[in-house]
Amino acid sequence: MPKNDIDKVTGIETTGHEWDGIRELNNPLPRWWLLTFYATILFSIGYIIYYPAIPLINSSTMGISGETNRAILKQEMAASRQAQQAQLVRIAAEELQSIKADQELNRFAIAGGASAFKVYCSQCHGSGAQGGAGYPNLNDDDWLWGGDLDSIYTSIKHGIRNDEDPDTRYSEMLAFGEDEILTADERNQVVEYVLKLSGREHESAMALEGESIFSDNCTACHGDKGTGDREQGAPNLVDAISLYGQSRDIMRAQINNPRHGVMPAWGGRLDDETLKQLTLYVHSLGGGE
Amino acid sequence: MSVLDKHAKLERNVTLLFVWSLVAVLIGGIVEIAPLFYIKNTIEKVEGMRPYTPLELVGRNIYVREGCYLCHSQMIRPFRDEVERYGHYSLAAESMYDHPFQWGSKRTGPDLARVGGRYSDEWHVQHLIDPKSVVPESIMPTYSFLAKAPLNTKDAAAHLKANRAVGVPYTDEMIENASADLEAQANPDTDTSGLEERYQKISLRNFDGQADQLTEMDALIAYLQMLGTLVDLEAYKQNENLR
Repeated sequence: MPKNDIDKVTGIETTGHEWDGIRELNNPLPRWWLLTFYATILFSIGYIIYYPAIPLINSSTMGISGETNRAILKQEMAASRQAQQAQLVRIAAEELQSIKADQELNRFAIAGGASAFKVYCSQCHGSGAQGGAGYPNLNDDDWLWGGDLDSIYTSIKHGIRNDEDPDTRYSEMLAFGEDEILTADERNQVVEYVLKLSGREHESAMALEGESIFSDNCTACHGDKGTGDREQGAPNLVDAISLYGQSRDIMRAQINNPRHGVMPAWGGRLDDETLKQLTLYVHSLGGGE
Repeated sequence: MSVLDKHAKLERNVTLLFVWSLVAVLIGGIVEIAPLFYIKNTIEKVEGMRPYTPLELVGRNIYVREGCYLCHSQMIRPFRDEVERYGHYSLAAESMYDHPFQWGSKRTGPDLARVGGRYSDEWHVQHLIDPKSVVPESIMPTYSFLAKAPLNTKDAAAHLKANRAVGVPYTDEMIENASADLEAQANPDTDTSGLEERYQKISLRNFDGQADQLTEMDALIAYLQMLGTLVDLEAYKQNENLR
C-alpha cells in the first residue's frame, strides 16, 4: 500500500512534496544505476585506503600500496639500467679504442649511440647525420675538429663555441669586411684565389692578386694550400665540401662577416656512457678515422 | 522531526540555504586547498630559481601571445619515456614565477620544459623562420616575422611591476633598471655588471644574430634558452622526494 497519494493521470505514486499545489511524481532511478552508484562509493573507499589520499599534518596518507609515480619511475630506470649493466660498466671503464676493438661491445655502443643521436642530435645534424647548411654532415670524412675517436668525443662533450663550457672548442674567423680589414676588391680577389686553389673555374687575373692577400691573412689558420687546420677548426677550403655552401656569394659573405656554428656541450647533460656511445656511433658512420 | 524534515526547512528559507551552502563549500575548499600550502608533499625546496630577467619575461609574453602553449607543454611527467627524452621531470618550484604557468595540456610539438641550451641560437632562429628547414617532418608554422618585429622595450618595467603584484620578488632596483637590463642582455658590448648582479646564471649575447636591432626574436630565444636550466638538479635530493 503506497505511503503517498497516487497521481490520477499517470497512476504513479507522488513523493509527497507539494510546492504551491504542484506535486512531484516518484519515479525512482533504475536499479542498475543505483547499484553502480553504490559500487563507485565502495570503490572510492578502497581507493583511499590503497593509494595516497588524505592530507594530514606533514604529508598525506601513503596508502597501503606505498606507490608513488616518482618511486615507480626510479624502479623503471633502475631496471632498464640493470638490463644493460654489464655493457655500460665496461663502456664507462674502458677506453674508446678498446670498446671499438671488442666487436660485440662496439655493436652495443653503436646501437645505443644511434638512439641517443635521434633524441639529441638529429634536430641539427639530421636523422641520417647528413647535416645541412650550417650543420656538418657526419657521414663524410671531412672533419672540422678531427674525426678520430678522441676528437669526436671532445667535440660532443664540450661542444663548439659554447659559452657555458670553459673547455669548449673555440675559434673565430675575423670579419674581414665588417671590421674593414680587407677592401671589397681584396675580398673578391681572395675568393678567386681560393677558387683557383680548389681547381675550380676562376678569374685568373684576380686570383693572381689574391695570392698575396691569402698568404698574409688566411694561411695562419687555413694553411698555405688552404687545406685547413683541425687544431683551430679551420675548414679545408679546397675540397668539395663546405659548411655553408660553395657559391661565390656565400664565400664572399663568409669573408665579409663570418657565421660561426655553435654546438651545445653535452657533457653536463648526458652521462659519460652515452657520450662514448654517441662517439662510437658517429665514428661508425663512414668518416671515422 | 527527522533530518529530512529539517532539510525541508532549509529549502524553504533562502538565507539559510545560502549560509549553509557557503559552509559546505568552505569545508570542501579548505580540505582540498589548505594542505597544499603546508604539507611537505607539495612544497619542494630547490636551489637556483630566480625571477626572469626583463628580456626573458618579455620573451615569455611573446611565447604566450603567439600561443606556443597550445602545441608545446612545459611539464615533463615522471615517466620513463618522458624522462629519457626530455630530461629530469619538472618540479613544481620551476613554475613558481610563472603567471600564468605554461604547463599546457597538449603536445603537438615536443615538451619545452628543458629545451634551454639544447640547440644553438642560430638553430632557433632558423627553426622559427622555417621549421621544416631543420626538422623536415615538422608541422610548426613559421614565425619569421619575429626577426623583423622590433622589441617593445619601454613596457619592461610595467611587466615586472605586474608580476611583483602577483608575488614575484622583483626589487625596486630591478624595476628601475628593467629597460636598460633588457637591452643589455642582448648586447654583449654594453656594461652588464649591474644586470649580472641582479640576476644570477644568465646568458648574455645577441640571441638572434642581428647586431643592429633588438627584435622579438631576441626575447623569445632568450626565454627558450633559459627554460629548465635554472634549478640545480644536483642539489635536489631525489630520494627524499619520492612521491
